[in-house]
Parts: sequence; C-alpha cells; structure tokens
Amino acid sequence: MFEVIGNDILAPNLHRLTVRAPRVAAARRAGQFVMVRSAAGEERIPLTIGDADPAAGTITLYVQAIGASTRRIVAVPAGGALRDVAGPLGLPTHIANWGRVACIGGGVGTAVLYPLARALAEAGNEVTTIIGGRSAQYIILKDELAAFSRELLITTEDGSLGRKGFVTHALDDLITDPKLRPGAVFAVGPVPMMRAVAEQTRPHGIETVVSLNPIMIDGTGMCGGCRVVVGGVSRFACVDGPEFDGHQVDFANLTDRLSTYRKIEAEHACRLAGKETV
Amino acid sequence: MSATMTMKERLAIGRVRMTELDAVVRSRNFEEVNRGLSREEAECEANRCIQCTHRPCVDGCPVGVSIPEFLERLAAGDLAGSARILTGDNALPAVCGRVCPQETQCEARCVRGVKGEPVAIGYLERFVADWAMAHADELGRPQLPASTGRRVAVVGCGPAGLTAAGELARRGHGVTIFEALHDTGGVLRYGIPEFRLPKEIIDREVARLLELGVAVECNVVIGKTLTIAQLKSAFDALFVANGAGLPMMLNIPGENLKGVYSANEYLTRVNLMGAGRDSQSTTPILLGRNVAVIGGGNTAMDCVRTARRLGAERAMIVYRRSEAEMPARVEEIKHAKEEGVEFLVLNAPLEIVGDGEGWASFLRCQRMELGPPDDSGRRRPVPVEGAEYDLPADVVVNAVGTRANPLLTATAPDLDLNRWGNIESDERGATSIPGVYAGGDIVRGGSTVILAMGDGKRAAAAIHDYLTGGGAA
Repeated sequence: MFEVIGNDILAPNLHRLTVRAPRVAAARRAGQFVMVRSAAGEERIPLTIGDADPAAGTITLYVQAIGASTRRIVAVPAGGALRDVAGPLGLPTHIANWGRVACIGGGVGTAVLYPLARALAEAGNEVTTIIGGRSAQYIILKDELAAFSRELLITTEDGSLGRKGFVTHALDDLITDPKLRPGAVFAVGPVPMMRAVAEQTRPHGIETVVSLNPIMIDGTGMCGGCRVVVGGVSRFACVDGPEFDGHQVDFANLTDRLSTYRKIEAEHACRLAGKETV
Repeated sequence: MSATMTMKERLAIGRVRMTELDAVVRSRNFEEVNRGLSREEAECEANRCIQCTHRPCVDGCPVGVSIPEFLERLAAGDLAGSARILTGDNALPAVCGRVCPQETQCEARCVRGVKGEPVAIGYLERFVADWAMAHADELGRPQLPASTGRRVAVVGCGPAGLTAAGELARRGHGVTIFEALHDTGGVLRYGIPEFRLPKEIIDREVARLLELGVAVECNVVIGKTLTIAQLKSAFDALFVANGAGLPMMLNIPGENLKGVYSANEYLTRVNLMGAGRDSQSTTPILLGRNVAVIGGGNTAMDCVRTARRLGAERAMIVYRRSEAEMPARVEEIKHAKEEGVEFLVLNAPLEIVGDGEGWASFLRCQRMELGPPDDSGRRRPVPVEGAEYDLPADVVVNAVGTRANPLLTATAPDLDLNRWGNIESDERGATSIPGVYAGGDIVRGGSTVILAMGDGKRAAAAIHDYLTGGGAA
C-alpha cells in the first residue's frame, strides 16, 4: 500500500496527490510515469510523476478525474492509500541545452510539463512557457512555472485569463520572431493540441517533443497495447516513450486507438449512475 | 492393496479418463475444465505403475520428481506419504499437474506406453497436490533448517522464481521475490486462463512459499524501481527470472486497428485484470463476434478458448502450417475443438482490413500448402497462388510468440546476452556476473512452465553452492 500524504484540488476535477513511494522517488527522473491502481479490481492506469522528493520519499501525481479509475484515485483522501504504485517507468526526458526552448502545456498536461520544463531550465535553457486551458480556473501551476521561465504566457479559450485563444497563437509569436524563435519545443496536453503544435513547428524545422498517453495495461513492454506509430514504425509508449518526436507521430492513429473503449466506458458509467439512483 | 496385486492384474487396468465439464456448458464460463480424479480412481491408476527399476519417467521430468515413489505411496493409500514425496521434489505440483505437457515428458517415457497407454502421471500429480492443499494440517509444516544468514533476491514471481525461492528457503536462505506486476504468479496468473489453472491454486501455492518465510514484494520493476547493481549490494546472490514479456509483432498492415491485440494484452486483460469474467473488474475488453487468433501454440489455444467464453460466435485459430505441426498440446487442441473453436489451418495472415472507422473488420488470408521440410524439420508452408480471401474478424489476436523484454537487461551492461536479447547462462544458471543466476523464459525465450521450474530448481542448487562454498559456483 502506498500512503496518500496530501490530496489538494487545483482545478475542477484536477487533484494533486502526494504519495509515499520511497523507491520510486529515489529512482525517478523527469518525464517518467507510474502505473497506479487505487484498489483491487481497478484498472491499471499510467500517471506521469509531476515531482519527487527523494528525502521525504514522496512523489507528486496530478490526476484529472475523467473516468471511473481516475475518479476513484482522486477520491482517496490524505491518510488513505493507493493499493499499487509501480515505477518509475518509461524513458526520462532527453535534457540538453538548445539555448532557447518553448514549453507548452494544456490542461492537466501542464502538470506533466512542469518537471520537464524545470529540468530544461536547470540545464541552462532559456525557457518560455505557454500554458492554456478552457478558462482561468483550469490554469494550474502558473506561479511554479513562472519561477524559472524567462516568460510565462497564458491563453484561455474564453479570455478569462491571459490571451484569448489557444496556445498555438502564443507559439506563433515566438516562431515568427527571430529573436524569440526556440531551438526546441516541448508540448504536453490533449492530443489535438500536441498535433497542432507539431504541425505549426514542422515547416520551420523546429525539433518538437510530445509526451503521449495512450491506453496502457502493464507499463513494462509486456502487452504492446500502448503502441503508437512513430515514423511509420510501431513503438511502445511505455518503454520507448512516453516522449516522441512530434513530427513523426501518427496522431490520427493515436486518437483513434484512444477511443477503443469509449463506448464500453460510457455504458459502464450509465450502469453506475443507474445504481446510484436506486 | 497394491502389495497384493500381481503384475498381470496391474497390466489389466485401463488408463483412467479425466472427468471434464460439458463442452457446451464450459465454452460459456471460466470454470476449470478438468474436474480431477476421485480417490478411488487415483489409487487404481497408481496401481497401473509397475514400479520398473530403470524409472525412465523421472528422467523425463525437468524437475526430477520421484514419480514411482509418490505413485507407490498413493497406490498403498498413504496419501500423506505420497504428498510429502511430491511436494518435496516439486515446488508447484498443483500447477504442474494441470499445465505440464506430460505426454512429451514423464508419460512419454513410461514403459506402460510402449504397449498401450502410459500411467496418467499428470492426473495423479494433480490429485496428490490437491489433496495436500486440502489437508495441509495433516501434513504439518516442513521443518526448515536454521537460517544461514544469507539473503537471495529473486526477480520475477513466475514459475522459475517461485521454484527457486522455495528451494532456497528450504536450504535456510532468506529470500525476497521482486515482482513487477501488482500480483504474484507471473505468467501463471496473467497468461494461463482460469479454466486451465484456477487463480486459487496459484494463491495457495504462493501461500505455502510464504509459510517457508519467503517475502514477496509486488510493484517493484527491476531495471526501473531498483537496478541489478542495487540488488547486488543488498543481497548475497540473485536469481533473475523476469520472463519473456515482449510480444512479437506480425508486421502486417492493419496491426494498429482497434480490435487487434497481442496475446499478452488479451490474456492479461482477462486473466490478471478480470476483464469480461469478473463483474467487479473495471478493465474493459472488446467482446468480438468473430475472433481470429493467429498462431498454433498453447497461448493461441488459451486466447481462442477465452474468446469463446467471452461470447464469440466464431472463435477461430488461423495457422499457416497444418494441425500436425501445431506446437500446442494435444489436449488443448481437443478441448478447443470440443468447445466449438474452428481451426483454419494452412492459412497465413496477410493484412487486417479495417471498416473505414478504425476498427478491425476482416483478416485477409493466404491459403497455403505444405512443401518440403524446412530447417526445423517441419514441412514448410508455401502459398497457393491466387488463393486469397477475407475472413470476417472484428477481434484479431496475435499469438505468434514473445521475445526477451529488455527492461532489466538494458540497465545491467555487465550481463551477457545472446543475439536475441536473452541472458546467457550455463547449465546451472550462472551468468556473466558472479553471484547472478538466471532462468526461465528470459534465458530460453518462449518456453514452458515446467522447464522454467527446472531452471529455478537447478539455479537454487547452484546458488546454495555459491553461498556455502560447496561445489562449483
């Protein structure tokens, strides 16, 4: 069992869990994830490690409650426990010094972006961070990111905070200005966002790294359920990723495969809802 | 009874038949197919053993079970005595009695098989092992030697790891098993379906190991959570048995359509996670109407019989050679056929065709015929010109095999590997790193439960010698 030390709500349906997992905390590097089950009978789901404190033996997980499994994970209060936490899995982020980099986060992806952006800043990069969300209440970690970013740009779809629009609008300003143009772009968020960013940087030949979150079972390369097409070849996100060259990723196939169980899950949710009303 | 039986009387007894669940009933549930023998049936079958002096059956057993001895006690009605012999030789007898290919091992060597049918050693092993589980109190706890103070880490809680752990604990060593998944058993739990090996059997075999003082830590991925180097500094010796968990891809178009699974994914969802068979499970699985399973081994049979139980109208084996070349056990093929599985042999998959919305819809097949023998001695399948057709399939399961998973070996540069990524080891399991031993599928590639157990047993003896300075390390 892995004790939950803290469980804070950062945004609607978005929780920050601090979990005691000393071995994971000691081994973890930016970009890696853990497989989590809240209790017996639950699905195994991958969650990127947002941060780790090896001295305290804790890791931080940012969890967006969107399905049955994530809802049950965020329902575990401080003092409770998660039954299973296995990791750190996946390859760590390749950190180098590109001079200037742009780090782009969308929704809960901003939490995944945070350790990566910080590692890039620590490696001497000048980091421009762009974070986006539907409205102000979905913008998370802005102070934490601002602490090491040369500039922090915020976009919201309704204009309730920062610039009205999408992260791609803010990125456009950087790409078109030779004085601001990044040597590499890191994008973490919903698939349509990562795809849009990759399409935007492609004609400029700017290296673009995306962090993928396909359906996963074991997280150790055993089942291949998380396969994604990168450069025309099947790669396993759990062991070859989760970060890949955004210009090589087949986003259409990724989007499609992510929808595999949507109908089953919707039916399951209906059944649960039905049960609760009885 | 047995002592008074003449040879002629023994030879006159016909081989016992295993009672099976009705094929129509069982093809829609996950209950164990083989129901086991009654005590009367078991004792009678044990009397078929003529106690020949050269004991070829023992040579046929990868873990060297004292077969004539445990059969003799069983025939005499001394179940406790029989159980002590069996459990002393075999760490997982209730598992082996169910999943071992006895027909190619112990039973293949049985002298009764020369003229007639061999003694049903596998059924009897299962009977005695099940009796031992149900009568653990009567058997008493095994006496353990004093602790040696030495500690061994076992990587992987599958058949090789469990066997090695039991053998080492019985020699007084402290053993900790590290398992990457959230539960014990390795392939026994995620790979072998409930209808062949009930999970309860695994739980009870593991519980017996825990009674020997073995510790199991789940959710520890060696190579990620901890490295081999870290284990080396914390333990006196290591046994690496992390399996061959990496599916081979078909490398045909359409492999990334929705509805296309590797056998590992399909079986893990159902067996380990309970998808489709446990109402409490929240893990989903696609219930195909027409399920095509590609391959002809035991894993393919497990997948196709699972598909049938999940409600497939057509559950089909698609295999490019003929039935005679199938590596699956005869019993598995027989059971699958009884359950309504279709065997489309001499069919090679060419492409998985989608429905235009990303879902698998057809498996495009090439009819084959058998040509001259290839390197493996099996007749090589060659395409029949122009004989292509589309087989309706909304779920396609790839059961063509697995390779070595590089997760652990990639972080242990001193560990010598062969060209397929399997760990190099000598016949006792010693690797290129002193004190580190290996066995099971990470050494052999895709193999069987019992050969993995044999590796575990041999490596445990070698580790014991290494730790105590006896014999060649």
